[in-house]
Amino acid sequence: MHVVIPYVVGALLFGLGVYGVLRRRNAILVLMAVELMLNAVNLILVTADVSLRSALTGVVVESWARPGAATPGSGGVLALFVIVLAAAEVGVGLAIILQYYRMRKAVVVDEVRLDDDEERVAG
Amino acid sequence: MSIDVAGPLLPLVPLIAGLIGLFLPPGDGDATRRRIAAGLGVAGAAFALLLAFRLVLDPAQPSADPANDPWNGGLTVAIFGDLEIRFSTLVDAAAAYVALAVTVVALCVQIYSITYLHDDKRYAPYAAQVSLFTGAMLLVVSSSDLIFMLIGWEVMGACSYLLIGHDRRLPEAPAAAVKAFLVTRIGDIGFLLGIAVLIADANSTYLGTVLAHDYSAGTLTAALLLILAGVAGKSAQFPLHTWLPDAMAGPTPISALIHAATMVAAGVYVVFRLYGLYDQSPVALAVLAVMASITILIGALSATAQDDLKRVLAWSTVSQIGYMTGALAVGSPAAALFHLLTHAAFKALLFLAAGAVIHAVGTNLLSRMGGLRPHMPVTFWSFAIGLGALAGLPPLSGFWSKENVLTAAAHATEGGETAPVWAGWLVWLAALLSVGITAWYATRLFLRAFFGPSRAHGPHGPAWAVGFDDARYEVPDSPHDPPGPMRWPLLLLAIPAALLGLAAFAPGFRTSLELDDPHLGVAVALPMLLLATGAGTAFWLWWAVPGADPALALGRAGPFLAAGFRLDDVQNRLVVRPAEALARLATAGDTRIVDAAVMGTGTGTSRAGDALKEAHRLPLPAAAVAVCAAALLLGAIAWWGA
Amino acid sequence: MTVADVLLLALGALAVGSGALVVTSSHLVRSGLYLVVSLGAIAGLYLVLGAELVAWVQILVYVGAVVVLLLFAVMLTRAPIGPSADLDRPALPAALIGGGAGLGLAALFADAFRWVRYAAPEPGTAERVGEQIFGAWVLPFEVISILLLSALVGAIVLSRPDIGARVDTPAGEPEVPA
Repeated sequence: MHVVIPYVVGALLFGLGVYGVLRRRNAILVLMAVELMLNAVNLILVTADVSLRSALTGVVVESWARPGAATPGSGGVLALFVIVLAAAEVGVGLAIILQYYRMRKAVVVDEVRLDDDEERVAG
Repeated sequence: MSIDVAGPLLPLVPLIAGLIGLFLPPGDGDATRRRIAAGLGVAGAAFALLLAFRLVLDPAQPSADPANDPWNGGLTVAIFGDLEIRFSTLVDAAAAYVALAVTVVALCVQIYSITYLHDDKRYAPYAAQVSLFTGAMLLVVSSSDLIFMLIGWEVMGACSYLLIGHDRRLPEAPAAAVKAFLVTRIGDIGFLLGIAVLIADANSTYLGTVLAHDYSAGTLTAALLLILAGVAGKSAQFPLHTWLPDAMAGPTPISALIHAATMVAAGVYVVFRLYGLYDQSPVALAVLAVMASITILIGALSATAQDDLKRVLAWSTVSQIGYMTGALAVGSPAAALFHLLTHAAFKALLFLAAGAVIHAVGTNLLSRMGGLRPHMPVTFWSFAIGLGALAGLPPLSGFWSKENVLTAAAHATEGGETAPVWAGWLVWLAALLSVGITAWYATRLFLRAFFGPSRAHGPHGPAWAVGFDDARYEVPDSPHDPPGPMRWPLLLLAIPAALLGLAAFAPGFRTSLELDDPHLGVAVALPMLLLATGAGTAFWLWWAVPGADPALALGRAGPFLAAGFRLDDVQNRLVVRPAEALARLATAGDTRIVDAAVMGTGTGTSRAGDALKEAHRLPLPAAAVAVCAAALLLGAIAWWGA
Repeated sequence: MTVADVLLLALGALAVGSGALVVTSSHLVRSGLYLVVSLGAIAGLYLVLGAELVAWVQILVYVGAVVVLLLFAVMLTRAPIGPSADLDRPALPAALIGGGAGLGLAALFADAFRWVRYAAPEPGTAERVGEQIFGAWVLPFEVISILLLSALVGAIVLSRPDIGARVDTPAGEPEVPA
């Protein structure tokens, strides 16, 4: 297979994700764009499994691991980890968004300021 | 007292008296301090006079024998490599006579000032500065070390500045003092450079060595021309003469001492001292001749239309010193020195008498005087003698000394002197013409001030004076002769003003100054004719239209001449304005560039901090854009680098 | 052009196309649904690339949980049904940076891999993946479980109603907890 195809797909998805983060006003839509970015990274990791041999140098394989195993497939493992992280992130992110919604009755990203003194003053 | 002691003491005594006087506590008001200050001043001047007398009776001889050379006994003050600067004096005959003139005038001025400034709160520093000045002038006269001569020269300039600006209530006094200082300073730069060249080439500061040294023609001419710049400044010759008429803002005794008799003669004296070198340089003498001729005519012409009594005398001083420098230029230093001595006598007399008139009438202006003769006989006769000597009326002293100058100039036109023949013609014609003009303005002054009806209460009422207490606050009911201490110096000075010329017949005086034998030949007729013409014209104008100023006959040239040929404006355009523009440029550069750079680092840092602070307060989306853009940039750089 | 290539192209196009619609749609809910399509296409890509476990975990967790969670949030924040006009910020910086990132990365990959063929991989079985996780990657595995725990706790804490009561709203009345 021509491995450049999934690579390019991943790159384009990443670009779309960045575009979405910077363009969307609604916080939930921003989270959706972030999911796109994470998926793009996952895709690239998995594709790398195919096209590159990942070598864990200096790591001692567990003694009970089967000797002479096939290709390690670290890319897939890392993709799994990323999926778990994404899930955790969405959970916490949505909790924040809902809390913000309680305070502001809207989840527009524009109004979030990085210095919080005026937040408190403005109420 | 031996001359070896008298010589060094001559400048030191007044200098020390001046320094002690300056250290007296300031702000005198009570009589005790005034007495101490006056006592110091008069005592210093009197002691110096006695020393000068002693030196006149037995002047030092420059000896060829090095063992007897007073230079070896001098006090070494500083050593710069090969050069030893020593304080030692050599008061030969000429120097002794000049010192005598200086001390006589200084003593007269000190005594005169006691009464003239009787209500001046700052009399004590004034008297001390006059003593300091006397000491400095005597240092110039007696020193045989060029550097000490330079020191005396500069101290004189400083004292002149202080004394011109003495009356702080006059609005024009500080400006006049600064002008005098700056204009003479310009000359002093040349003077310093000239002295430096002479010393460097001769590798010694001793006057004897310098005079005996064999200079190359170019070096010598350059040094002498530079020294002439200083002479022009200090002695108020063209083009650096513009300060002297304005310096009349100083008190009248100061005008008498500094600006008539002594300081302005110092330039002439220095050329006289260095004449051995000047005689070797035709170029320097030619330049001096041109300078002198122009000065004689400018001074005389500008004096014709002045309304201020002291300004007439000031321009007259400019002109008369031109006579002295002209005499030097045509090869007769003796004639110059003789004229210096007589001029010191009659000009000091004139200024002190003018002070008496101003004190009595309350104004400087001739248009407010008149009819003073019945009321002020002593002053009247003082003026008569002084103006007669100024004009060159025989047998007064000015006649003899002017004759000497004219004879020397005529002699130079025949060739044989170092100066070129055309220079001799120039000086002779200028001096001759100026005899007539001098007679004209002297007669005008005499008639306007002392004869005719009194114009004291003019059409606008009494005129209030410029310059001192009593005249400001009260106008005397009728003018009167001045009190004692102001009258005796007049009487004292009238004697040499009248009779000094006859001293030329005294063999001792004549040989010590190396004057020619006085002879009255046919050549004296021409100046007498011009004198009669000038005086007669002024008298006729005065008599023909009673009460009118003879200067009105000059027509529209009158104001032009009164403004000194507008040379002040020329000076302003050429020098003052460019200097001020340059100063403004420098200030602007300093403020906008140097200061701004320093302050700019502060404000720049603050502004950068503020900008960063604003960047920190971005809302979230903008921050996200910034972070992503930066990441993209870094990635691009990394890819490009790889 | 093997079957794998065709599948990759098709699924890739689907993923990119629906991804584009996610970030450009003016309907909030439709964005979420387009996200489902995109994630599904990516799961298909995983299958073609031989990472079967990852593909099914993707469907389970991403499509099944994450998107559902996002749609819940859309509901709870009273998102408008139908098109909304003010959903987007200015396009230029986003387009520049997004386009730059995406196209730049694509160019990078294209330049790196050109048209190289690789052998189709063996399917990645759960057994093999399990060997890796509990072999070489056991420590990250444990750490990530702690991370999940802390995320859980954090989400609960963040959702507490009394946090919202600390700040007064302009109306001055406390918010009703969601």
